[in-house]
Amino acid sequence: MKQRPVLRVSSKFLIAPILLFALYVQFHGDFGPGGGFQAGVIFASAFILYAIIFGVSNARKVMPAWLTRILLSTGVLIYGGTGLACVLMGGAYLDYGVLLHDPVHGQELGIMLIEFGVGTTVSSAMITIFFNFAGQD
Amino acid sequence: MITLGNDVILASDILNVVLLVLMLITALSLIFLRNLFAIIMMSGIFSLTAAVLYVVWDSVDVSFTEASVGAGISTVLMLATLALTAPEEKRIRQRHWASLAVVTVTGALLGYATIDMPRYGDPEAPVNKHVAPRYIYESGKEVGPPNMVTSTLAAYRGYDTLGETTVIFTAAAGVITIIGAARRRRRTSADVSKVREV
Repeated sequence: MKQRPVLRVSSKFLIAPILLFALYVQFHGDFGPGGGFQAGVIFASAFILYAIIFGVSNARKVMPAWLTRILLSTGVLIYGGTGLACVLMGGAYLDYGVLLHDPVHGQELGIMLIEFGVGTTVSSAMITIFFNFAGQD
Repeated sequence: MITLGNDVILASDILNVVLLVLMLITALSLIFLRNLFAIIMMSGIFSLTAAVLYVVWDSVDVSFTEASVGAGISTVLMLATLALTAPEEKRIRQRHWASLAVVTVTGALLGYATIDMPRYGDPEAPVNKHVAPRYIYESGKEVGPPNMVTSTLAAYRGYDTLGETTVIFTAAAGVITIIGAARRRRRTSADVSKVREV
């Protein structure tokens, strides 16, 4: 895609708003539509757009293979770890009410944590799958 | 207001029919198309129409997922896969009458089963009687977030969401192990042959 200046310039303008929108969907999921799953996919799509326009090898400089692999497992570990934290604080597995003094605040904290875990795993999974299919990995 | 006999036709009814007909046309064209690029694009359009349909049905969270995953990411992933295969579908000469019979009978049975299903949005339907009232009326007090889809997915059904996240993790791990490993092996063998040439 080296001969397409319009695509190269317009994609550079788009990538930052896409990342910002992904973060908005991630942290606004409690109030509006969206959540970790959708946010992860949108976050990954920014990197995929970059890879389509500038090539996978350039995108891998920003998001190397070892980083996506670590993030891939970190997300699941955050989710499972939140559940274990609930057990250690005296509740049932994934019963977030015990995380803070007020049960409803604990629930909100727990939901935020696990949504973050979901978002991390989903985005790195999508990036990994695309980069593997598109080559250079 | 448009009426048909005793029934009032709402704008959403017309929208439903139009969108479902569009989906039907897209699905039929998917059967007859041979060009894989066109097929991928058509399945993206199918997903996008489904996403619009979910908005009409007031399920914006599902629609959001369908638009980003169905129409967005899977189209891109299929295009990336297309780069590894031929552009045209392989033509199959012989006809499989047994498969056609199985598909027709299954479809007819599924269609027959829908007759017994409650009407869409029926408040007396079993699905709206079981745990749904608790999620709707109590989630604000028990869990907190104003979006009850989030409280259902993350709190009431936290185990299911953990399972889904693990499935996605497993999918990516599988891709790394199968495709990544195959490519690495090819690269090392190419390096070896290069060394031999020298």
